[in-house]
Amino acid sequence: MIVSMDLELKDRPGQLVQALKPLSMIGANIMSVLHHHDQHTPSGAIPVQVVFQLTNGKLDDIITDLEKGGVRIVSVGKKLMYEEVTVILIGHIVHSDMGDTIDQIDSTGFAEVVNLSISMPGINKPSSASLVINAVGVAQLGKALDILRRVASEKDLLVIEPIEKDDLSVKK
Amino acid sequence: MKTTRLSIIGFGAVGQGVANALLQKHDYLESAGLNLKVVAISDSRGACIDLDGVDLEAALERKKESGSVATSGVMSFEVIRDVDHELVVEVTPTNIDDGEPGLTYMLEAFRHGRHVVTSNKGPLALKYNQLCDESKRNAVHFRYEATVGGAMPILNLAHDALAGNRIKGIEGILNGTCNYILSRMTDEGLSYEHVLGEAQELGYAETDPTYDVEGIDAACKLVILANSIFGMDVNYDDVEVTGITRITPEALTLAGDEGMVIKLIGEVKDGENGKIMVSPKLVPEQHPLAVGGTLNVALLKTDMAGPVCVTGKGAGSMETASAILSDIIAICKNSH
Repeated sequence: MIVSMDLELKDRPGQLVQALKPLSMIGANIMSVLHHHDQHTPSGAIPVQVVFQLTNGKLDDIITDLEKGGVRIVSVGKKLMYEEVTVILIGHIVHSDMGDTIDQIDSTGFAEVVNLSISMPGINKPSSASLVINAVGVAQLGKALDILRRVASEKDLLVIEPIEKDDLSVKK
Repeated sequence: MKTTRLSIIGFGAVGQGVANALLQKHDYLESAGLNLKVVAISDSRGACIDLDGVDLEAALERKKESGSVATSGVMSFEVIRDVDHELVVEVTPTNIDDGEPGLTYMLEAFRHGRHVVTSNKGPLALKYNQLCDESKRNAVHFRYEATVGGAMPILNLAHDALAGNRIKGIEGILNGTCNYILSRMTDEGLSYEHVLGEAQELGYAETDPTYDVEGIDAACKLVILANSIFGMDVNYDDVEVTGITRITPEALTLAGDEGMVIKLIGEVKDGENGKIMVSPKLVPEQHPLAVGGTLNVALLKTDMAGPVCVTGKGAGSMETASAILSDIIAICKNSH
């Protein structure tokens, strides 16, 4: 799970270290820290946004430890799935039971289909769909794609996957 | 100046391109200290042989007028066997079923101690290691840059310019016909059948387009890359191939909504999860692999240089001749 936390720290040396210590102690992988020095709150505190990855589920322990250390937690946002892939399917998508195709991925518990757009140009013509799959990690996303490939092959659907990410992939 | 005597076996678009290139580049080659003398040209009907050097302009003219370059009934095989020369330019049509007649021509050339430069994919996709072994046994050069990506340097790039690097993987668009069809479908929202017809009218696609659109041509090129660059021992049957015939305009639109295009991508990977695969893939619109028209492109993933990308014309008479000429020059320079 990916957690995004908005904290308020007192404007005193050592406060940031104090706030990050419980995170690393409990095994969180800190991905980003935004320290808004220039945006004091009316009470004189400094807003800090921390984003971290947590695989052991001990979010409550982190919150308790932070509060014990005098850190004010303004908000906590959780995102369970953080790997995403878009694939295109071509074939008789609806008539080959799209619900079942999606179920086979959703039932894994570690991956789910979060978006589906279907274009059906005419009766008896193959449909095309774009499918967005989220998963809790890279390995799980790979497993979800394996399931999709197997199901698609059984249902004679063509799966078009993205090329592997590399240094030359430019974000939109 | 050392003279290298050549034969041109096969006088279709590529063979004629080589003749034209030699005519156009005569002064350049001479100033580079290379004297290339064509002593024989053959096509399916016969050959013209002149040990003092075939008149290339007359040969091209004769081909144009009569449909054949032949002035005698001597056949290609006999030219390779009997005419005294150093280098065979083997540019007969590709045959993916048994590699013939090119395979026999190449092996015969090696047996007589002649170097071979070719653009013919069939024999390499089927019998790569046999050909390489035979050329080594006879201590002659065997070069085939023109078999992959036409004018685009990829084999020589990997072997020479990137020497010292480990190539971890290659992916790219290796068939201009498929790229043309997918690019037109994307730009105009037209159906596959419509654009295929258009490509056939323009001469970008054959009357029987199977070889291109089913990914067979791209797969043959991948086999050559896998064997030559990755030292594998694979042939066409080892490639997992999916073509472009099922791609719909709607799929291209859906991909476009995500900032992607669909391209027929060939990929070969080194190492344990080594795989050789041709399939339609989603490519981000801004990615260097997302080239349009009939262009080819290849992305080499290397350990030191990082990703290196080349793009260029994958087919065409003069473009292919460019790759062949660079191989001929390399052999002349290395065999002195």
